[in-house]
Amino acid sequence: MNFKLKDLGPQLITVIAVVLVFGFFTYNAQVNMESRGIDFGYGFLSQESSFDVQFSLIEYDGSHSYFRAYLVGLLNTILVSVIGIILATILGVIVGIARLSPNYLINKFAAFYVEFFRNIPLLLQIFFWYFAALRALPLPQDAEPMLGIFFLTIKGLYVPAFIWQNFNIFFYSILAAIIAIIVIRIHAKKLQETQGKQTPVLLISIGLILILPLLSFLIGGVGLSFEVPVLKQLATTSFIYEGGVSLPPELIALALSLSLYTATFIAECVRAGIQGVGKGQKEAAASIGLTPNQVLKLVVMPQALRIIIPPTTNQYLNLTKNSSLAAAIAYPDLVLVFAGTALMQTGKAIEIVSITMFTYLSLSISISILMNWYNKKIAITEK
Amino acid sequence: MMSKINFLKPNKSNLNTFLYLGSFLFFISVLDVLLNSFFSLNITGFLPGFLSFLLPLILGFIGLYFIRIELSGIKQLDLLNKHINTNNFNAILSLLIIFIILKSIPPILSWFFINASFAGDSKDVCTGTGACWTYIKVWMRRFMYGMYPNGEQWRINLSFIALALLGSVGYFATDKFKKYLTLYYVVIYPFIAFLFIFFFISGGPVFFDFSYGIIAAILSIIIGFFIPSRFRFYYFLIVPLALYILLKYFIFYEELVELGKLDGLNWVETGAWGGLSLTFIISFFCLIFCFPIGMAFALGRRSGFPLIRYISIGFIEFWRGVPLITVLFMSAVMFPMFLPADFFIDKLVRCIIAISLFEAAYVAEVIRGGLQALPRGQYEAAKSLGMGYWKMHIFVILPQALKLVIPGIANTFLALVKDTPLIFVVGLLEIVGMLNLAKTNPEWLGFAMEGYVFAAIIFWIICYAMSKYSYNLEEKYKTER
Repeated sequence: MNFKLKDLGPQLITVIAVVLVFGFFTYNAQVNMESRGIDFGYGFLSQESSFDVQFSLIEYDGSHSYFRAYLVGLLNTILVSVIGIILATILGVIVGIARLSPNYLINKFAAFYVEFFRNIPLLLQIFFWYFAALRALPLPQDAEPMLGIFFLTIKGLYVPAFIWQNFNIFFYSILAAIIAIIVIRIHAKKLQETQGKQTPVLLISIGLILILPLLSFLIGGVGLSFEVPVLKQLATTSFIYEGGVSLPPELIALALSLSLYTATFIAECVRAGIQGVGKGQKEAAASIGLTPNQVLKLVVMPQALRIIIPPTTNQYLNLTKNSSLAAAIAYPDLVLVFAGTALMQTGKAIEIVSITMFTYLSLSISISILMNWYNKKIAITEK
Repeated sequence: MMSKINFLKPNKSNLNTFLYLGSFLFFISVLDVLLNSFFSLNITGFLPGFLSFLLPLILGFIGLYFIRIELSGIKQLDLLNKHINTNNFNAILSLLIIFIILKSIPPILSWFFINASFAGDSKDVCTGTGACWTYIKVWMRRFMYGMYPNGEQWRINLSFIALALLGSVGYFATDKFKKYLTLYYVVIYPFIAFLFIFFFISGGPVFFDFSYGIIAAILSIIIGFFIPSRFRFYYFLIVPLALYILLKYFIFYEELVELGKLDGLNWVETGAWGGLSLTFIISFFCLIFCFPIGMAFALGRRSGFPLIRYISIGFIEFWRGVPLITVLFMSAVMFPMFLPADFFIDKLVRCIIAISLFEAAYVAEVIRGGLQALPRGQYEAAKSLGMGYWKMHIFVILPQALKLVIPGIANTFLALVKDTPLIFVVGLLEIVGMLNLAKTNPEWLGFAMEGYVFAAIIFWIICYAMSKYSYNLEEKYKTER
């Protein structure tokens, strides 16, 4: 046992200091809550919330509990994060590759985009899109349909809704396709390792994921129809669209600015990743007779992804955390619904802020644990 | 048959034909878009709408195809081909970008300058289709100084100018004083800045409770240099607190408070501060505070003492895992509950503490990266010279590690500047907050765009300058290593 008394001193003092600070805070909190007549506890979560939320993915109104309100906020946060992550990835990869283009114009255009959007505070961009750009959109009655079915108006984007028949069969067909693809991939890898044969996995996968759902339409009795939004007059000057799905302008502004902002960082990650693969790697691969496509697929991409993925995940995490800026434009996300409205109504500051923080914390810690696991898995094992 | 195809293929033998034909077509296509966007003249208007829209692209594409001649011998042509015209795909992209730029210049110019209104001081002059810069002009003071009284704004200006001058001392220092610069920037300059802001901008008495703490800390650090390192740890545990108590309760407290008040300076409460100056104040203080805290936690995370390490990891991961907005919520609604009922901390100070702790976690991770990147040999060499933990870190490890992480630190500071608008959560209004306030003024409705563009330009200039500066620093230190 390598125990030294000398080592104990500093540690003990630090721990005592931390405990003292926390003890001080807890003591004060107790005294303050007693004097204000607030009791500590999470029982309020099951009480009736009696406030409404503008936009919610699950059924919700004032008669539901505070816990339900929390779920509404959480789902809205996840919704905007997922939309933002998908858009930001597409845009970021395109811009990142464009940054490496030998074409001077494309290169500079991408560089301009990156420098422009990442040097302006995200909150300002959200305000800009929400209060300035989207307010210039037409009123519902003046909106021109895009492709005949989408309506982009000042009150939001109206898109057709899908109406499924026998949705579960369709779902199972997709599930079956995914399982089949995984099996084929494993098999192809085995074939590659034992016999050196290459299977066109990508083509087979695309075929499977197209054909199986198609079959479900033809034989399985799955039906899909669209409900196109229709303009409806409420009063002489007030119009709305009925039917279809409506995305509120807050969601559009938030998703747009989050993805435009985060895409600049993802673009830099992608650029750094591709640049990080040594020139010698490409030349070596070409010299053993691989075609340019094979070089990209088998040599460059696996190495570039190893550099790209960890910082990109970090950016996804940042995007999710930044989605809390929704509170500024009244998009009902976790912070606005729970740490805003619910806190105002119950006055349970400590409980609500701690739940909110814990939610974000568990989200990011679980992702960083996943990342560490992934990093360990893909790390180049050196002697 | 082959010869005919060869004749149609641009190469060096029929250079002139294709060069002139190609340049002509390319020129026509650009001209068409140019005329269309600048003078709204549509020279291809006689064609059906769809074709008229696509024609410049087709013409330009054929033109670029014709002039794609390898090794033509004409330097400019080769350069052009190499940079924007390597293959069909690149040619189309280049054309699209040229057209987008041509199309977007006139509306931007007209909105910014040609149709914009600059004169006057009321909304009535803004009748054009362009921007209303009059709005910015009228509200300028509010955007810069928030609700700070107009008559007192010279105090902010004077403080900022003085601080900028004091901050630029490093450029003029002679070699003799260069070695004291670190001490100056790390200890003395922040202290002066704090005094300026507290004493001058807010108009408070110089000597108040906290100033004793600062004096005590500085005195004890200076004396600390003369204490043998064996006792230093315990010295720092006891002496600063004792000095503080001594100063506060025994040495002419009343006289100092009286002495510290300047006649004629009104107290301006922090709620009235705002605008761009508040952005600067908050970024400045958070920058000063988050650096040492971050450094402490970076060292703590790499410490050999498990308890200190776990506490540091907990601290860092906690702050990195939550969004800043919830931290500010916490500082606004939760933090007052944790303090004694009669103890009040100013909103701005709470805000600065919250942002500093938040950013410190990020700084800690960046510095840890630098510490890990240093080769083990540096640690071992320092230890073999008989240096203790603190000596080793102060003289050997940290100077090298900090050099390594300059870009990372600069990025964190950049993020900090970009995060300052979030203080609207606690009700402080810096420039973006002031914009939102001005936007709702019934006299000036409908000018949101101008305001946001104005703020965007200001932030862009600040952040871009900072990132370029950090890039330069990085380059400078790269050569030194």
